[in-house]
Amino acid sequence: MSDIPLLQFMAVNTYYGDLHVLKDVDYTINKGEIVVLLGGNASGKSTTMKTIMGVVQPRSGRVLFEGTRIDQSATAARVKRGIMPVLEARRLFPRMSVFENLEMGAYTRRSKAEFAADLELVYALFPRVKERRGQLAGTLSGGEQQMVAIGRALMGRPKLICMDEPSMGLSPLFVEQVFATIQDINRQGISIFMVEQNAAMALSIAHRGYVLQTGRVVLSGSAADLAANPAIQDAYLGEMVVD
Amino acid sequence: MITPIELFAQQAVNGLSLGAMYALLALGFTLVYGILELINFAHFNVFMIGSFVGLIVLQALGIAGQSVVLHGAPLIFALLLALIVTMLVCGILGVLIERFTLRPMRGVRGPMAMITTIGVSYILYNVVLLATNAQALNFPDPLATQDFDIHHVVIRAKQILIWIISLILMVGLDQFVRRSRLGKAMRATAQDAEAARMMGVDVDRVVSTAFFAGSALAGAAGLIFGLYYNFTQYSIGYSAGLRAFTAAVLGGIGNVPGAMLGGILIGLIETMSSQYIATKWADVIIFSILILVLVFKPAGLLGALAPNRS
Repeated sequence: MSDIPLLQFMAVNTYYGDLHVLKDVDYTINKGEIVVLLGGNASGKSTTMKTIMGVVQPRSGRVLFEGTRIDQSATAARVKRGIMPVLEARRLFPRMSVFENLEMGAYTRRSKAEFAADLELVYALFPRVKERRGQLAGTLSGGEQQMVAIGRALMGRPKLICMDEPSMGLSPLFVEQVFATIQDINRQGISIFMVEQNAAMALSIAHRGYVLQTGRVVLSGSAADLAANPAIQDAYLGEMVVD
Repeated sequence: MITPIELFAQQAVNGLSLGAMYALLALGFTLVYGILELINFAHFNVFMIGSFVGLIVLQALGIAGQSVVLHGAPLIFALLLALIVTMLVCGILGVLIERFTLRPMRGVRGPMAMITTIGVSYILYNVVLLATNAQALNFPDPLATQDFDIHHVVIRAKQILIWIISLILMVGLDQFVRRSRLGKAMRATAQDAEAARMMGVDVDRVVSTAFFAGSALAGAAGLIFGLYYNFTQYSIGYSAGLRAFTAAVLGGIGNVPGAMLGGILIGLIETMSSQYIATKWADVIIFSILILVLVFKPAGLLGALAPNRS
């Protein structure tokens, strides 16, 4: 394994108009890692995800993927390099079938043979998705939608999946299932960068974590250290976070 | 003596022909609205330009006056060439309008983009007004004498031609949007543009495609207008465009089958109210029905499909 990090933020500053959202942010995601990003509302977590995907561009600083600068490249180019999103609230295409949603995940990849192979993998991982493949995505339950959202990301054969709140709106039972699936995917060599409200659960499967506060990284370290940190326990682990 | 049923059938034949033209025109409104949530008023006059492009092509083929009647292969060749050139020219015109007047203000909220389309519409209108000295021009009628009479119901060859062209184009568009890679990207973009972009969709290309397809269909509708009414003029975009826009809203704006249904209904309502009430009341009736539908079913008959905004 090479020691070039998979994804790197170097002193990234992102703005929405005059609003300074990410302030001199540094992250490093290594190959094979699950890294969790914790933080309160409006701390810049979703902006981090959008900056990785190229939906917003940083005003200064660099974003590197496998050592190559990507902060000025188009979103499609980043997808082609192997970055796929699992978006907050799933964001499936509601009036397209489950199968068509999976096709959209493979949009930048033209090989039919690879598509068929990836589809089999997703169906094996989520037999439920296979059952529902002809159904409109908007008619699925929240849990089923999350399976499709993860499946859609896998259809892009990603090296890195960026997940924004994968447990949001799911029943507790299903949350456990989703996190188990995330671990499964990670064991296949796909790195995960995840924003998550459910800090306890996220830290239990993550290797490392960052804590973001009003746009600055205020803490970082191994998942075990973060889980044991009193400040983290107070802020994110002590209480149930209810939306 | 023509019976009431034959009279009704005759008006249905006429209404279906007009309706097919409105449906083609309505599709352009709906495709663009579905993706950009923008009402494109330039579409009215892309349609008008289409009738002139068709006229120029037919004239270039030597089919100048209304006395030239063709048969067989030369007829099919002339019409096919006119259709293809008209659709290409209008499609490219639509893409250029989007590229140079609308794309620069993408993401600007409010009615500015819509007002820009009104401005573009007036530019096209005035260019043709000046170029033609505001004259109405004769449009060739190469199928003039080829009519069928079934129990006093006259079906004119050009009506059959209109149905065939419209059917092929509508089925083609439907299949394109349903099955092709770009068509799926169009639907995905209409449903969630940001998510589509993060799947690797080039949203600019999708928007260009929507403008090309919609404007090409408007071109076909413009050619049909000329063949049907045997004239064209700088001002034809307004009334036909407004009725087609009404058709799109009636069927559910943003909804492709809705635009087809709405177009056919508006065509039928227009001919039926002209027959049974009075021609001068046709527009009043069309827009009254629109208002009634929108009061009781605000999303239109098949449901409006606006883009999701996050």
